[in-house]
Amino acid sequence: MSLIEVQDIAKAYGGIRALDGCTMTFESGKINGLIGPNGSGKTTLFNVVTGYERPDRGQVAVNGEGITGLSPDKVFGRGLGRTFQLTRIFPRMTVVENLHVAAQRAGGFRSELSRWSSTEERSKSKEVLDFVGLTRLAAELAGNLSYGQQKLLEFAGIMIAEPQVILLDEPAGGVNPTLLTHLATRIQALNGQGTTFVVVEHDMEFVMGLCHRVCVMHQGRAICAGDPETVRADPMVLEAYLGTDMREIDDAEAEVV
Amino acid sequence: MAVIQATPELLRPSDIDHAFRDPYALSSRTRGISWVGLFAILAAFPLVFTNPAVTSVAVFTMFFLLATVAWNLFSGYSGYISIGHAVYYGLGQYTVALLVLHLHIAAGAGELGVLPLAGLVAAAGAVPVGLLVLRVRRHTFIVLTIAVMFIFQLLAFNFPSITGGSTGLNVPPPAWSPYSYNLPFYYVALGTAILALLTSWGIRRSKFGLGLLAIRDDEDRAKGLGIKVTRAKLIALVISAFYVGIAGGLYAVFVGQVFPQFAFTPFYDLYLAVFSFVGGLGTLAGPVLGALVLGPLQQYFEIQFGATTLYLIIYGVLFILILLLLPRGVVPSISDRYRSMLAAHWRKTGRGPATQGGSSLSQGPATGPAPAPAMPAEPIVREGA
Ligand SMILES: Nc1ncnc2c1ncn2[C@@H]1O[C@H](COP(=O)(O)OP(=O)(O)OP(=O)(O)O)[C@@H](O)[C@H]1O
Ligand SMILES: [Mg+2]
Repeated sequence: MSLIEVQDIAKAYGGIRALDGCTMTFESGKINGLIGPNGSGKTTLFNVVTGYERPDRGQVAVNGEGITGLSPDKVFGRGLGRTFQLTRIFPRMTVVENLHVAAQRAGGFRSELSRWSSTEERSKSKEVLDFVGLTRLAAELAGNLSYGQQKLLEFAGIMIAEPQVILLDEPAGGVNPTLLTHLATRIQALNGQGTTFVVVEHDMEFVMGLCHRVCVMHQGRAICAGDPETVRADPMVLEAYLGTDMREIDDAEAEVV
Repeated sequence: MAVIQATPELLRPSDIDHAFRDPYALSSRTRGISWVGLFAILAAFPLVFTNPAVTSVAVFTMFFLLATVAWNLFSGYSGYISIGHAVYYGLGQYTVALLVLHLHIAAGAGELGVLPLAGLVAAAGAVPVGLLVLRVRRHTFIVLTIAVMFIFQLLAFNFPSITGGSTGLNVPPPAWSPYSYNLPFYYVALGTAILALLTSWGIRRSKFGLGLLAIRDDEDRAKGLGIKVTRAKLIALVISAFYVGIAGGLYAVFVGQVFPQFAFTPFYDLYLAVFSFVGGLGTLAGPVLGALVLGPLQQYFEIQFGATTLYLIIYGVLFILILLLLPRGVVPSISDRYRSMLAAHWRKTGRGPATQGGSSLSQGPATGPAPAPAMPAEPIVREGA
C-alpha cells in the first residue's frame, strides 16, 4: 500500500528544472530507498513533500489525503519527519534540549506550558542518546559537536518524535562505519515497529542492504522503481548513473583536446 | 552486534539526572539563594539610601529592569531583535494618562491601580503590530519595528484631540510626602519586575520556551519539527508587551507628563537592547545585571551631560568597549571563564565528572572517547547561565 504518493510534481529554479513531472510512491511500512545522481532532484523532492518548497504543479498525498502546499509544521502534524542533507541542529541549545524540541508537541497549547524536561521525556531521550552514544555530551551545546555527532543528533531528534514516516537525506555521510551498521539496525528496528522510511543515500551498499524497495531519479523524474536486485540490473539506472555524465565528460574532454 | 532494545526498561529519574547533569552548572540551591539575596538587597535599597535624588535614580532603574527583562523574554529568546518596544511603552503611558483624565481618577494610589490596564492595552496593541512585523525575518524585522514605532509617534502628534498632540497630556502627581514619594513607584516596579522574571523563567523551562529558542537557532527546522512559529513568536511578543506597557504606565505617573517624542522614542529600545546584550542576551540573569549596572550609569551620563547628546556618545563608546572585551555579554563570558577554570582545576586534581557521565546502561556502539568539542568559528552563547 502506498503511503506517500507524488503525482506529476514540477519545480523549477530559474532555468533549472529540479523536478520535471516526477511521479512516484513510497510504500507503507517499508524502508524506501531513493537514489539518483547528484542534482537529480532528490532533496528538492523531499523539500516539496515536507512543505519547504511549493511545487509549480502536481500533488502530494499522504494516506490518500492531499498535503500539497501545507506548511512544514502541518506536514509534521500529518506524521512526516525529516532530516536534512546539510545537517541542521540547534547550535546554541544543548544536546538534550535539541532532542526535546521535537518530542511530543501534539497536546495543544496547554502541553506547551508544561516542562520540556519531564521525567518521562527525559527517560526517552536518555535511551535515544545512549543509542547514538551522545549521553556524555547531553549538557554540551550542540554547536560544539563534531559533524558526525551532529548528524547523529539530528537523526535522534527526529526519531524521538516518533513520526509515522521518517525521511532521511543522506544519513550515512560522515558517520563512521561501525555506527553506520548500527544506524541500519536501528532503522530496521523502528521499521519493524511500523515506521515507514524514505532514505536518500549515495552509499549503494548501505541502500541495497537496507531498503526493501528502491526508486531511482534522474533529471527530476522517476525512472524506475522496484526491489534492490531489479533496480541494480536495470540498464536505465546504469545509463543514468554512468551514461549521460560520462558522455558529457567525454565531450568536454574532446573539446579541450 | 548488539541489537538495541526498542522499548527500554524504564529508567530511574536519578539515573537520568546523573547522566544529564551539567557538571559545571551551579546547583539550583546556589542559584536560588543568589536570586533571593539579590532581591532582598533591592528591596532594602531605598530604605537604606533615602536621599530622594538617589531613590529617583533607583526608581528609573527599576523601570528599566522591568522593561529589559520583558524585552529579553521576546527578543532574547526568539532572536528577533525588536527596536519597536517603545510602541508598548508609549501605549502604556497614554493609556494611564487618558484613563486618569477621562475617568477623573484622583491623583495617588488610584493611578497606580490602572497599571494592569496599561499592560493589557499594550498587549492588545501587540497583536496587530505583531501580525504585521512578524511576517518578515530577522533583519527586516528590526527595520520594520522602528518604522511602526515612528508611525505611532506620528499618530500621537497628529491626533491632538485625543493625545494632546505635541503639548502632551498631564498626569497629576500623587500628593505624597516628598520623603517617601519615590517608594511606591520603586516597589510596584520591583514587584512587577519579579513577576516578569518569573514569567521569563517559566517560559525558559516550558516547551513553549524551548520552541522559541529553536526558532532563534533555526526557524525553518523548528517549523519542520511541528512548532507553530508565528503563533509562538506572537504570544511571546504579547507577554513582553504587557510588561513593557506597565513600565510605560509607571513612567507616566512618576514623571507626570506624556509627550509623543518621549513615549514613542527609538532610544528606549536602544537602552533595552544594550542592557540585554551587555548582560547576556537570552539568559535569565543577563538582562537583570545589564539593567542594574547600566541603568544608573545611563542616568548619570544623562544628568551630567544631558544638555548635549554627549552622553549618548560616551555611552556608545562604553558599549563598544564592552562588546570588544566580552563579546557575548557579561554573564555568558563569565560563565564560560568559570567553566574552563573549573575544568582546569579538575584536570589538575584528577577529580571531576568527566569519567562518570558515560552511560553504564548503554549497550550502544563504542564511539571511542568523545572528541574535545571543537571551538566553533562563531562564538556560541551558553544559555541559562
Ligand atoms: N534552492 C535552489 N535554488 C536553485 N537551484 C536549486 C535549488 N535547490 C536545488 N536546485 C537545483 O535543482 C537541482 C536538483 O537539486 P537537488 O538538491 O534536489 O539534487 P539532489 O538529487 O539532492 O542532489 P545531491 O545528490 O547532490 O544531493 C540541482 O540542479 C540544483 O542545482
Ligand atoms: Mg540532495
